[in-house]
Parts: sequence; C-alpha cells; structure tokens
Amino acid sequence: MSKMAPPEEVMNVNYSTPAEPWMDVKPEFKLGNYSYPGKPDVLKYLGLPNPRDWNPEEEDWKLPPDWREIITDGFRELLKKYRSLKVFMDVCVRCGACADKCHFYIGSGDPKNMPVLRAELLRSIYRGEFTVAAKILGKLAGARKLEEDVIKEWFMYFYQCTQCRRCSLYCPYGIDTAEITFLARDLMNRIGVNINWILEPVANCNRTGNHLGIQPHAFKDMMDFLVDDIETITGRRVEPTFHRKGAEILFITPSGDIFAEPGIYTFMGYLLLFDYLDLDVTWSTYASEGGNFGSFTNDKWMKKLNAKMYHEAQRLGVKYIIGGECGHMWRVLNQFMDTMNGPADFLEVPKSPITGTVFNNAKSTKMIHLVEFTADLIKNNKLKLDKSRNAGIVATWHDSCNTSRGMGFFDEPRYVLQNVVEKFVDMPSQTIREQTFCCGGGAGLNNGEFTEMRLRGGLPRGNALNYVQEKFGVNTMSCICAIDRATLPGLADYWAPGVTVTGLHELVGNALVFEGEEERTMNLRQEDLPGIEGSEEEE
Amino acid sequence: MAGLVTALLAVAALAALPALGAGAGMAKVFGTIVPYVAVAIFVAGFIKKVIGWASTPQPFSIATTGGQQYSLPWVKQAKFDNPSTPGQTFIRMALEVLCFRSLFRNTKLDNRPEEGRVAYGSDKSLWLFSLMFHYSFLIVFIRHFRFFLEPVPMVITGVEFVDSILQIGVPTLYLTDVFFVVGVTFLLARRIYDPKVNYISLASDFFPLFLILAIALSGIYMRYFAKVDVIAIKQLVIGLVSFKPVIPPNIDWSFYMHFFLVCVLWAYFPFSKLMHLGGVFLSPTRNLPNNTRMERYINPWNDPSIKPHSYADYEDDFREKMIEAGLPVDKEA
Repeated sequence: MSKMAPPEEVMNVNYSTPAEPWMDVKPEFKLGNYSYPGKPDVLKYLGLPNPRDWNPEEEDWKLPPDWREIITDGFRELLKKYRSLKVFMDVCVRCGACADKCHFYIGSGDPKNMPVLRAELLRSIYRGEFTVAAKILGKLAGARKLEEDVIKEWFMYFYQCTQCRRCSLYCPYGIDTAEITFLARDLMNRIGVNINWILEPVANCNRTGNHLGIQPHAFKDMMDFLVDDIETITGRRVEPTFHRKGAEILFITPSGDIFAEPGIYTFMGYLLLFDYLDLDVTWSTYASEGGNFGSFTNDKWMKKLNAKMYHEAQRLGVKYIIGGECGHMWRVLNQFMDTMNGPADFLEVPKSPITGTVFNNAKSTKMIHLVEFTADLIKNNKLKLDKSRNAGIVATWHDSCNTSRGMGFFDEPRYVLQNVVEKFVDMPSQTIREQTFCCGGGAGLNNGEFTEMRLRGGLPRGNALNYVQEKFGVNTMSCICAIDRATLPGLADYWAPGVTVTGLHELVGNALVFEGEEERTMNLRQEDLPGIEGSEEEE
Repeated sequence: MAGLVTALLAVAALAALPALGAGAGMAKVFGTIVPYVAVAIFVAGFIKKVIGWASTPQPFSIATTGGQQYSLPWVKQAKFDNPSTPGQTFIRMALEVLCFRSLFRNTKLDNRPEEGRVAYGSDKSLWLFSLMFHYSFLIVFIRHFRFFLEPVPMVITGVEFVDSILQIGVPTLYLTDVFFVVGVTFLLARRIYDPKVNYISLASDFFPLFLILAIALSGIYMRYFAKVDVIAIKQLVIGLVSFKPVIPPNIDWSFYMHFFLVCVLWAYFPFSKLMHLGGVFLSPTRNLPNNTRMERYINPWNDPSIKPHSYADYEDDFREKMIEAGLPVDKEA
C-alpha cells in the first residue's frame, strides 16, 4: 500500500495501445498485479491436480508434462458441455463495444483487460485447435499455438477479471466474460494453475462451513460476542438459535458478516430484526457460508458447496430459507442452485409469517433475499423505524454486480434504504443499477497481495463515489454484498476518504424502534448517536 | 496493420480474378460452377454451425439482467430488459435482433484526470451506423430478388419504389446504396482510426468489410456507370435458380466481378464471425428468462453423485467441541 501512487496520479491512465500486436506482448508479473498460487496442501485436500510450490514471477511454472493434452482435452470437453462457451467463441465480431466497460481496463489501460481481448486469449487457442479454417490461416484468422506463455497470460488476465458482467450488458451478442473467465479458470485448475485465496476458502467452506475455517464452537463464540454488543447498545438480549429442528426458516449469510467489520454490524442488524419480529428462524454453523468460492473454481465445487444449503434445510425440516446480503452467493442462488441441487420439494413456497405475502418469485428455489423480506415488511407498515437514529448520514447506494446483472435487484434495496435514512443520493446514472461498477474484489480477488490492481480497478466506482461526496456531501455508501463490505472501505479510503461503508441491515438495525425499549445512545458501531454526544459525561 | 493490408490484398486479388478470367473464356466457371459451389458451402456450413450450437447443452440459465427483476407486486419490473416469461424474453430478443438494443446502451469512456473525474458519455455512433449498414444490406438483398423472380412480386417493386423515391439520375439512385456504403465505410474507418478497435482487429475483421465494400462498389459501378445489360443478367440468374444454367453473351466483366465477390461472401460466411447472424439467436445471456427462482431449469449433464460434505461427517469432525459449546448435535458422543 505504501508504494501505491496517489489517486491523482493513478487516474492518469495511459490508454494508448502498444506498438506490437497483442500476441507478441508477454505478461509481466510483479507484486500487486497477481494473486499468490494455491498452496500444495490445499490442492491435495481438494483433490485438485499438480499440487506444488511455484511462483508466477519465476520462469518455470512446473506444469505437468502432458499439460497441453490436458488443456486441449478439457477445452474440448467444455465446448461439448457449454453452449455458452461455443457460441461466445464463435460469434464475437470484435466491435469493441465492451472495450472501455471493464473497470480493470479503465483503471489500468492494459488492452488485455478489454473484455474482447480477454476472451481472445481463449478464442485464439480455440481457433488454433478446433477450427479448420483458422488452423490453416493461422495468425491471420487470429489463431495461435498453445504455448506456456499463453497459460501465463491466462493466469494473469483471468485472475484480473471479477466476473462482474458489465461488459456482457453492452455486448450486442450478450457475450459474458464472467462465463469465459469461469471456464478458463476451470481449465487452468486442471493443470494446477490457480490462486490460493480462492482454493483455501473452498477447502474451508467444505470442511468447516465457512470460508475462514472457523470451527463451530468458535463461530458460536463470535455470535455470542455480537449478542453481548447488542445488549450493550440496546439493552435487549437477543437469543439466536443454532441447528434448531422444526424452525420455520433457516437463515444463511456470507460468513464475512460474522467475522469482520463492517459486516458484523450488518450481522447485528439481522439479529435485531429477527428478534423484533420474533421470527422463527435458526442458524447453522454447518451451512454458515452463503458465499460460494467453488463458483470461482469449477462447476463441481460450485455445486458441492451450494448443496449444503438444501442439505441442511432438509435435515432441520425448515419450511424455507432466507439469504442475507451477499453478491455472488445470490448469483449462484438465483441462476444455479435449483438447477444443480433442486428440486427443493421438501420445502414450501416462502410466505412471510408477518405480512402473509407469498414470494412467488421464489416458488421453486424456496429461498428469498432478506432485503425482499424487509422491503415487504416496511411496505406493510410492520416495522417502526426512526430515521433520526441514522441522522447525519447522507447515503448512496452501491449496486453489487452480481445482484445487479445476475438478478436485477435494484428497487427493493433502495426502498429499504430510503426508509431508514433521511438523505439519499444516487451516484451518476452510468455508474449504478445495471451499469454499476465493480468494487474490484469479486470472483476471489479480494486478497492482500492484489491490492494495488484492485485499487486501480476501483477507479470508476471510487470516482463516482468521490463525485457525490463532493457534490452532495455523501458520507455513507451502503451495499448488499459481503465482498463489497470487505473491499469498499479500502477503496473509499483511497478514492473518497471519509466515506463509511455499511450493509443495509446495519442501518435497519439502527433505525428499528422496539416497543418499550430504553433510549439508545449509540448506533451499532457504538458511536454516539447525533444529538446525544457527551450525554454520558453530563450524568 | 498487417491484418488490414492482407485483407485488402486478398479482396483485390479476389476481385481481379473474375474481372480477368471471365473475359478470358471462363464465364461459365464464374457464372455457373462457382455460384453453385458457394451456395452449397453456405447452406451446408450454416446449418452445420447452427446445429453444432443448438445441439450443445446450455447447462445453466444465465440471463444478463438489465433492469429491475420480477419481485414484489408493487415493484415495477423492467419486463423487456429483465424478462421473467417466455413472451417477455421474445420481446427482449426481438429488440436485440431488430433494434440492436444492447448497442443502443453504449457509452464512451471519458477520463479527465486534470478535472479529477471520469465520465461515461452516451455513444450511439456504432449503434446508428451498424443499424444503417445492416438494414441497407437487408433492403439491397431484398431488391435483388427481382433478378430471379418472374413476375417480380409487388413487395419487391414496392421496396424499390421507396428506395429510389428521390428520382436522382438515370438509372435512379437507390438510397440504400448510399447508406450501405456510408455504413460499411464507418465500420471500416472506426477499425482503422480508433486505436482500441484497431488493436483488437484481425485480418478476419478487415476482410469481410473490404469484401462487402467491394461488392457494394462493384454493384454501384455496374448499375450507374457500366449500365450493364440487366435482361441478360436476369436470364443468367433465372437459369441458375431453375437449375438450367445459361451464359448469355454481352454480360459486362463488372457483373462477373460483383457476382464472384458475392459468391466468396457466401462461401466465407459459415467459417467466419459473420455467423453472428445465426449466433445472436442462441446467446444464453439474452434468450433465457430470468425466472430461475420460479421455474427449475434443467441441466442435462447435472451430476447427482456430487454431494456436499455431509452434516453427519461435519458433526463427526467437531462433535466434542460442539457439545462443549452447547450446540445441538444429532448423535451424542
């Protein structure tokens, strides 16, 4: 971080293109632009091939001797399994509409971060290996041979893609770089080219139920700690339960919410809301991770980790599942879960026990988003909310990529937010809703060693935030994604210092007015509420 | 740059071939054999490619959503950017295919470091010119039906009438000829002068543009300058489509050039990016509804043997600690 140039300098991106054709430009690995490789013992635990110690900055990547066959066979297999891949390999016309849509391109100026070129890294091999015409015409038709440098390039650029899908929105053929990145990473995993910050969480999620490897008793300790904090703040003792059979609802949220700031405040918001409603809800330490790091690995691990949710819901005999604030967890839930691990015929179509609203939009998965649930409560006047507890906040809304372009979740969270804060301002229209910009940390890139590249990639989001900060005095950015909550504080510190990052239910938790409650003097962060400063000294 | 030069030379060579050959007694080759072979390659290649895509499973429903989802009754859904029913999805696709909806959204990066801000201005130029290009191409294509339909249907004479409504020159100027050339020239110029687009361009991006431009220019030359014998050409074309090929005399070399370049386009089509014509209909991010929480989507190769690390195994791993922490367990120690 200390080496990172100031924002004014980083903004000055050089967008000119190199003199030599892109096929002749080799990737240059230096600290800050790549993530550390998967550790051998993690690969061994996951049963992934070619566990070894290796370093991307060194010449020899210690690939298996038959790596070429593994890649071409794997590529052939994926082309047979995924129409998306086959169509996306064939139909791109290189119109360039996607070129300046990627936050990593905008922030780095590296032409290989143009989505079209990122996909060409794969397409050039597809043409060279699988199409007759391009095999004959070679480079003229954009084909090239599969060399080790190609794999190095893949590693660089497919781990410089957060699968945010912004490019896909603008593509006239809907080519989805997230899909291409996903499958490229699958291929690389077959020869042991991967990053540890994805694989270790996969291993942890598998064994302990959460990406940090927190064991069940420690998980409960953390929960108790937050319960104590809630008591300190509100005087109420909330009593969450674990693994309670016969509960109506199983609640699952990303485990990032329980262990780190500012996620823990959102977590406290969940607990307060459930207590307020006296909701028949239970938690699980086994299925305590909503986030799915498997989806950054391959379809097998995505399915295997996701399957825990239904497995646990069935074991506990709940009626339906509510999911917390998370980005790619929701992309997986919304687009993959039922397909991979359904049908969820042992569950019931979710129906709010408070308002009676039936959630027909989840009639097959039987899983709803907490924000949908809360928006419905507010609409039906079931929550007493005091916006003044969030006074002083001028909020803006960060649409998380996955819930935006993989779901279309825009109005519900804004409705909730506007009901808990007094002032709300959206960022410029070309940086929000479906056009939203990524935090830079999605798809497994929220690791320490990648910070420099991530902050560069954070330029578009950071700049839009800085704009509303200066123009409208925005001091809080709220969001519904655990990766955002982990990434955006650093991004804000760098690009828009002074802006606080919150989850949505943190602000809900602050605003909730319990019947007969004692007056609150602090918010969930244990900061004095506005107008109450110094009240303790006066006593 | 190498790609551009190669493509230009290739098209020049392809144009020279019939211009020289047809005069040198090879009219039969260019007038009968080549078109039959080209059309056969086009039809077989196109079908093979589309079947290849269509027969590959689409394992997951992965709509890229562009607006508000179907949600609570009081939340207004963006039905055509985020469709939840097949009907809405059909309209989304129609907007995509007929109006280039996604391209309409295009923005342009405008980074102004000296002002400390980065903006994204609307940029509809690519949308406008590609729409102009594609629709002109379609109308020109439809107009050509008069060469091999006898009598010429009203629809086609109608299109021709509107297209030449300005009544400029003799033969009257078709507006689409102008729009067509303007459209393709814009696409070409963009590829040359926009550094980003230039950097990603391959010979196979320049080649079809030069080829199509050459087809347009040779057609314009035939019609407005050489003023070729249309009756003779129609005789040749009707001979071809009725499988009784004839080579009438008095056909200008420029016709053979135009016709041969069209044949090259037919034959090249299925092996090139021009297949976006067929592919756009099969794009899973656009042609699937966002209803995956409502309806179960089936993946034919979904592997039911992939199971989670089970709760029972998890409990075996942590039972002692769980009991100690007061967490309920299924089996006592």
